[in-house]
Amino acid sequence: MTLALLMLVPLLTALVVLCAPASRARLVALTGTLLALVIAGFALMAFDWNYSAHPGQLGLSLAWLPKLGLNFALGVDSIALWLIALTALLGPLCVLGSWTAITENQRTFFAWLLVLQAAMTGVFAARDLVLFYICFEFTLIPMYVLISVFGSTNRRKAAIKFFLFTFTGSLIALAGLLYVVWFTKRYSGAWSFDIAILTDWAHRMSGPEQGLVLLAMLAGFAVKVPLFPVHTWLPLAHTEAPTAGSVILAGVLLKLGTYAIYRFVLPFAPAAVVAYAPAIAVLCIIGIIYAGLICWVQTDVKKLVAYSSVSHLGFCVLGLVALNSVGLTGSVLYMINHGLSTGALFFLVGFMYERYHTRSMRELGGLASKMPIWATFMVFFAMASVGLPGLNGFVSEFLCMLGTFQADKSWGSGMPGATWGVLGPWFAAFAATGVIIAAMYLLYMVGRMCFGPLVEPGGHGGHGAHAGHSGHAAHEPEGALPADLTAREVGVLLPLAALCLGLGLFPTPLMNSIAEPISQTVRLVQAASGGVSPVEHAASDETVPVLAEVSR
Amino acid sequence: MIERIAYLWPEIVLFIGACATMLIGLSPALAVRRQTGLVCAVTLLIAAAVGVATPAAPAWAILPGLMPFAKPLIAIIGLLLLLVISGTVDRDEEAAIEAGRPFNPLRTTRAEFYSFFLFSLMGAMLCSTAGDLIWLFLALELTSLPTYVMVVLSGRGRHGFNRSQEAGVKYFFLGALGAAIFLYGFALLYGGTGTTKFVEMSHHFAAHGVSPIALTGMVLAILGVSFKIAAVPMHFYTADVYQGASSGMAAFLAFVPKTAGMISIMVLVSTLGWRGADHTLPHVVDSLLWAIAVLTMTVGNVLATLQSSVKRMLAYSSIAHSGYMLVGILVGPGGGTFASNGLAAVMFYLLCYGVMNTGAFAVIASLERDSRGETAEVEEIGDLRGLCRTRPLLGWSLVLCMLSLLGFPPILGFFGKVPLFTSALGSGRVTLVVFLGLNSAIAAYYYLRVVAAAMLEPPAGAPIRDAGVPSRSVGAFLAAAGVVVLALLGNTLMGASERAAETRGVEIGHEAEPATHGAHADAPVPEAGEALSLRLH
Repeated sequence: MTLALLMLVPLLTALVVLCAPASRARLVALTGTLLALVIAGFALMAFDWNYSAHPGQLGLSLAWLPKLGLNFALGVDSIALWLIALTALLGPLCVLGSWTAITENQRTFFAWLLVLQAAMTGVFAARDLVLFYICFEFTLIPMYVLISVFGSTNRRKAAIKFFLFTFTGSLIALAGLLYVVWFTKRYSGAWSFDIAILTDWAHRMSGPEQGLVLLAMLAGFAVKVPLFPVHTWLPLAHTEAPTAGSVILAGVLLKLGTYAIYRFVLPFAPAAVVAYAPAIAVLCIIGIIYAGLICWVQTDVKKLVAYSSVSHLGFCVLGLVALNSVGLTGSVLYMINHGLSTGALFFLVGFMYERYHTRSMRELGGLASKMPIWATFMVFFAMASVGLPGLNGFVSEFLCMLGTFQADKSWGSGMPGATWGVLGPWFAAFAATGVIIAAMYLLYMVGRMCFGPLVEPGGHGGHGAHAGHSGHAAHEPEGALPADLTAREVGVLLPLAALCLGLGLFPTPLMNSIAEPISQTVRLVQAASGGVSPVEHAASDETVPVLAEVSR
Repeated sequence: MIERIAYLWPEIVLFIGACATMLIGLSPALAVRRQTGLVCAVTLLIAAAVGVATPAAPAWAILPGLMPFAKPLIAIIGLLLLLVISGTVDRDEEAAIEAGRPFNPLRTTRAEFYSFFLFSLMGAMLCSTAGDLIWLFLALELTSLPTYVMVVLSGRGRHGFNRSQEAGVKYFFLGALGAAIFLYGFALLYGGTGTTKFVEMSHHFAAHGVSPIALTGMVLAILGVSFKIAAVPMHFYTADVYQGASSGMAAFLAFVPKTAGMISIMVLVSTLGWRGADHTLPHVVDSLLWAIAVLTMTVGNVLATLQSSVKRMLAYSSIAHSGYMLVGILVGPGGGTFASNGLAAVMFYLLCYGVMNTGAFAVIASLERDSRGETAEVEEIGDLRGLCRTRPLLGWSLVLCMLSLLGFPPILGFFGKVPLFTSALGSGRVTLVVFLGLNSAIAAYYYLRVVAAAMLEPPAGAPIRDAGVPSRSVGAFLAAAGVVVLALLGNTLMGASERAAETRGVEIGHEAEPATHGAHADAPVPEAGEALSLRLH
């Protein structure tokens, strides 16, 4: 019921927003998202953490189209719950962050933002395959509208490209998912879209079947993540989207892809995952390095952060295909951490853009002298994103790479902590260059933007706050922003910063809470692919808390 | 023959209504003449009510459950079409009479138009009643012949009339060609089996196999009927005719002959039956339908992306939808659940398609603009820019119908498409599913263009105004409400479409005991036919 409320509240708020007077739209939206956040808090409390792997907690099930086998069934395990909490957290922050950025069509903007939140919650909460797909697809429409109405110059093209890429991919994924349903029907006799039932049966598929299903599913989910060859829509969409759109896109929408890989690809086609893991890992590594190098030569700050997402999500998927507890834990943490730190970076870029109406590093520089608070946050979140120990990015990135390193059948089998897997040190070594590249481009960006001589675009002059103020007034008649961040903007960033720090210093509770479902998945994959002995299980489960200690 | 009257009440109602319309429409009194639409609506309502009560499973019907579903479906969508099509004819004439010119019965076409409207619907219903080839031929022709005239009559203004005349002539000649082809096919079928009755034909095929003559006949029949459903290779007329006819008329052409054709193909291939270990049609027919399905959806979608005229785009999209539906026919009745039943999927898709496609045309028909000094229909996609802002209800109706046509979840079109996907997968036709998926993706491009124009772009271009026929807007709203509400309440309709798709020799409908279906499916045809139980809810 709680989960249904988490979907209903944003939807109803969206309706209210549409009916409310335009001047009140943002207030209504804020109330609704805050309410959803409170409900998410209740959900976290109501969740029984002793059964964190049970997929049906807090759920409900209503028959929708029983002829087709479709149920409106919701329920979460701990991983889905954390991602829902992330979604609920970003909701009010996005509303607050767009408080002054959106001046026209406010009702449309906030209504679609709320619908988007409901759909994303639905993706994580769905226990029915078709319901999952419906929500997964439905996120496209709000995002499409947000980009193509509220985006910048090239928005129409970006929106179309975003829609067509993801829509095409997910149709193929649908075919793959339905094939699994058919397989289950043929062997168990029951026609069902229940994800738990499908998970029980799907891994019995033959190797070639699994291969096809894996490719079909990846066609959809890899586009969403996005993995290397199909990532081209993302930088465009990010650059053109309004700030809140970028935050949601980076924070949650991309995680739909990785979550779907975790939820469906691994358990449905375990043998094929084992077979294809090296190939997928290679794509991830190419993406990590290639996108990182592109970041290095970027002059558009927003594009830089967008490409850094491609690079970072490469780590996330790499952790998934490591197929051991360490890698999966790192990957799930990565989903949450990346949402926090990259979301914050997009906010920062957005706040700066609101003041200067440019994102080019050629026209901006040394902003620390003028916007000290902004610069502080910028440095902080860039560090979180780079993976500075003590901040959240480090834990997840390190675990992903460690998982990859250990996931070796032959080479590492004699080493302590080595677990079963098909990747290995070489994969980790190449991926690690991505960390170095990330440090280079993010530090370069921070150095250029925050420090050094003050550079401002024409019209802003160089005479401190007042000049920025008057230069801005031309664009926004209702009252320009002060040079540095306002209390509202700090309020948006502070919770994110606190969480980055908190999850960086004390990741253990979070890691423990997701350990159970992850070890279940790992057991399923390893058992189905027939490459593991029980001893190795124990070893792989042991490593997680140890690592947590290390990371502190 | 006389015992068939029990199944013919909807058609009889329509016939009476058509005759009444013919008389009323010619009345010299304007007040009486204006009632034609109302009489049509009442007739259709009665026909729908009577149609629901049609008894199922007469011994002579090859698809015993078809009538109680198809007849109300045709009547209800016919009602929606009536809303959209009203105001098409006689508007200039009525205005002239209001202005004081004397009434000249030779210049009014209201009577013909509305009675032909009912006759054509009646033909489509008769296709579902057909028990033999002769009946089917007459029913198909009864569906089509009135439409040739209606297309011509539907044009408005001098330019519009020129175009509609051209469209009508084109439609007539190609339609005659199609009829000739399937009539030849019917003759060969008779030659190959020695009977015109479908049930006897199916017994003959089951007992003696399919002779080459009969096979040739079947192939020709399918090719000829594919004119009605606008499938490749008989699709060439579609865009020109839809563009030349008025929007309401195009909506009519996109549903009524298509439904008649789809039902006919279903009936025809049901005589062959989906037999053998993997439950397929005989190889030649299977390959033929496969090729037609794939080509039809691909050609339709690809050409639709190239159109700038919204009516031509919808014409090509209607071609593509025929391709989707053929997938279901190819798959056949499947293994006992709704999700595996291709025929049920087709029946349900016809319903979805009828609502959403008519809705899309209804929005177009509700608008008009000036062109070359005359009132003309909205033509370009660009004319629809900013529709959601200038006319929110119409705009959002258009957006909903387009998204539904695209198959976007969670609207009706998605739930129409999913059974097609699942049934094709269930029969192991992965390639076909890939084509379905890719085509749906191509379709996203052009439907989205309309959605984007209506929803996102600011109003621009030549000013458009309301067409002045409120019933068309009502039709658009009803369809838009339908694509949302039916998605929530589709279960009953899915059940009904499943019963409609029951074939002789295969028992369908026991969700509780799926294991028994295999046994039933393999049972010899006549036995199962006798044992067929009725489940009317």
